[in-house]
Amino acid sequence: MLSPLQLSRIPDRAETLRPAVRAFLAEALAGRPADRLARSWMGFDAAFSRALAARGWVGLTLPREYGGGGKDAFHRFVLAEELLARGAPVSAHWIADRQSGPLILKYGSSAQKDFFLPKICAAEAFFCIGMSEPQSGSDLAGLRTRAARTAEGWVLKGQKLWTTNAHRAQYMIALVRTSGSPEDRHQGLSQVIVDLSLPGITVRTIGDLAGDAHFNEVFFDDVQLPADALVGEEGAGWAQVTAELAFERSGPERIYGSIVLFDAWLGHLRSLQRASESDLILAGKLLAHLAPLREMSLALTARLAEGASPVIEAALVKDLGTEFEQALPNLLADALYASPEGPPPEMLLRTLHYVLQVCPTFSLRGGTREILRGVIARALGLR
Amino acid sequence: MDALLVDSFEKLLQGACSPAIVREVERTADASALWATIEASGYLDLLLPGEGGAGLREAFPLWLACGHHTLPVPLAQTMWARGVLGADAGAGAIAIAPTVQRRSDGSWHCPGVPFGAVAQSLLLHTPEGPSCVPLAAARVQRSGVHGSLQADIVLGALPDSGPCGNADLQVAGALITATLMAGALQRLLAMTLQYANDRAQFGKPIGKFQAIQQQLAVLVEQAFAARMAAELGCAETGVMPQRLRAAVAKARAADAAEKAVAIAHAVHGAIGVTDEFDLQLVTRRLQEGRGDHGSASYWHAQLGRALLAAGTPTVPFLLEVLLPGPAARDGGVA
Repeated sequence: MLSPLQLSRIPDRAETLRPAVRAFLAEALAGRPADRLARSWMGFDAAFSRALAARGWVGLTLPREYGGGGKDAFHRFVLAEELLARGAPVSAHWIADRQSGPLILKYGSSAQKDFFLPKICAAEAFFCIGMSEPQSGSDLAGLRTRAARTAEGWVLKGQKLWTTNAHRAQYMIALVRTSGSPEDRHQGLSQVIVDLSLPGITVRTIGDLAGDAHFNEVFFDDVQLPADALVGEEGAGWAQVTAELAFERSGPERIYGSIVLFDAWLGHLRSLQRASESDLILAGKLLAHLAPLREMSLALTARLAEGASPVIEAALVKDLGTEFEQALPNLLADALYASPEGPPPEMLLRTLHYVLQVCPTFSLRGGTREILRGVIARALGLR
Repeated sequence: MDALLVDSFEKLLQGACSPAIVREVERTADASALWATIEASGYLDLLLPGEGGAGLREAFPLWLACGHHTLPVPLAQTMWARGVLGADAGAGAIAIAPTVQRRSDGSWHCPGVPFGAVAQSLLLHTPEGPSCVPLAAARVQRSGVHGSLQADIVLGALPDSGPCGNADLQVAGALITATLMAGALQRLLAMTLQYANDRAQFGKPIGKFQAIQQQLAVLVEQAFAARMAAELGCAETGVMPQRLRAAVAKARAADAAEKAVAIAHAVHGAIGVTDEFDLQLVTRRLQEGRGDHGSASYWHAQLGRALLAAGTPTVPFLLEVLLPGPAARDGGVA
């Protein structure tokens, strides 16, 4: 049985970070329109990421010896919360900061740490995650991309799909098969770091329904990887990925994905100076769902800070969080068109429709809703 | 909170508040034996001023336990009333009046008082602050809803100053109800999981079916969220709740109950609505609790009004207005 998430508090030492981040963002994001900010952690801006890195805010939890901030999970929560609350375009460094960096720190060789971690902290190396394949989405263990050992290292052959930022990241950490066959499921999988500038790699961008292009198909045509491309243990890829997904699923990005739209709507209501009773109820309903979600997300952070890997609880909070993120634009759309006075102001309209268009993906990436509920059911002893 | 204290409270309720006793009290509205056991245990005085400085965060796990056992008496309400009034609190079980209305004949009506049918005193507001009125001379009329302990109460004598608006009582009543509901949701989850493992159809336990598993995952999520919201509402070192946090607790519990009750009954099938099966003790209480001391929409409107009036974006509002500052959390909740 799961034990409940308990109310936690952010230590003062981590809260001291908040005013500095808020002041920086007030300046750095001034004048950016809401429909751009609404892209938030899907918004790619390398210059912005480097500006954060210059302040020590990329790789905040990585050790100082690698150029990191040497801070704990609470500091990262504060930083992430402030960035997401404003819709800061953090996509360029987000995956490296959240997943790849901690993964390399935990499982990488000292040479890998020395090489990659300082680049991540400087926002010079952006990462993407190669998991899904054409025939392997939720059923990740069935993947077919293979890295075969050679005298010099590995030769990589296969294809990844839906890889966010593969066209603008320098590196991919790919989950690949290094032994056995897809029938061996979780056995024989390993993680390799792929330098995306190597010969034999083709990246094709896939446009999305909102007019953006963030994900890609990536082809590996006998790509020669050096021996030290392997990160962690050969054959331990599945366990490593599971631990990594706890990082991916536990952050506040899974509750604040629609917050820019919510604030834009609140601003609209305030400017009208006449919110209807149903608008008040809607605003309060969303707030009443967000407040405990935020505290649950913080409770996960407290468990991470204790050194635990709250895989199940992270799945639970992510499922609840994405449900909130998806309900928000739909409820606001209904409220905004409840009177026949015409569409909302242009910027609010564009922000609303951007979030409406992309919100189905909130419960897809990082594990679908159905997969997450399966993870929870397993923890309940039902599977 | 001392874990031993919570454990022994759990044991007390397990012994004194069996489903058979809950049914008996709901049928007769006579809880005198149960109340005598509770009174003798000393837990009612937990929040008394000066008694080791216990506050809402210490009461939280005990109130959860009351909800878990569908305790048919206002233990939590009495504990809180004693914390506010000390020696001036009334005798016996104390219910909290959600509202007080003056009728044309000069009488005072308190409609829909949760646990009003099993209370000896009623907590309401006067211009001097909260005050307890004995119910010996009052007319107490059960609501007529099957099994409900809610009652309309008509008072004879009132304190000289008379009743007045009861914002604080409303907030406390809402928070207590929310915490009881969070406890009831944990029981609902445990019962539903058990049933999904025990009941076999098509040759295997129904919990092995993915359609059931996915619903149970949602039930866990709702129970977790309601518990966190209630803990947030109870994150006080003193006995007075903060209005907006209590609003979140009550509104979130009500939304969680709506989903959770539907899932629990769906998983149980017909047995879940039978009189002899204990599930109905929990789901009836949850459904009634959704409305007690203000429904989700009532508290949503309060929250929405505060958020719009604040003029700040949502996250700064959460951090600076709604969520507790460090002081209320120091030491945390055991």
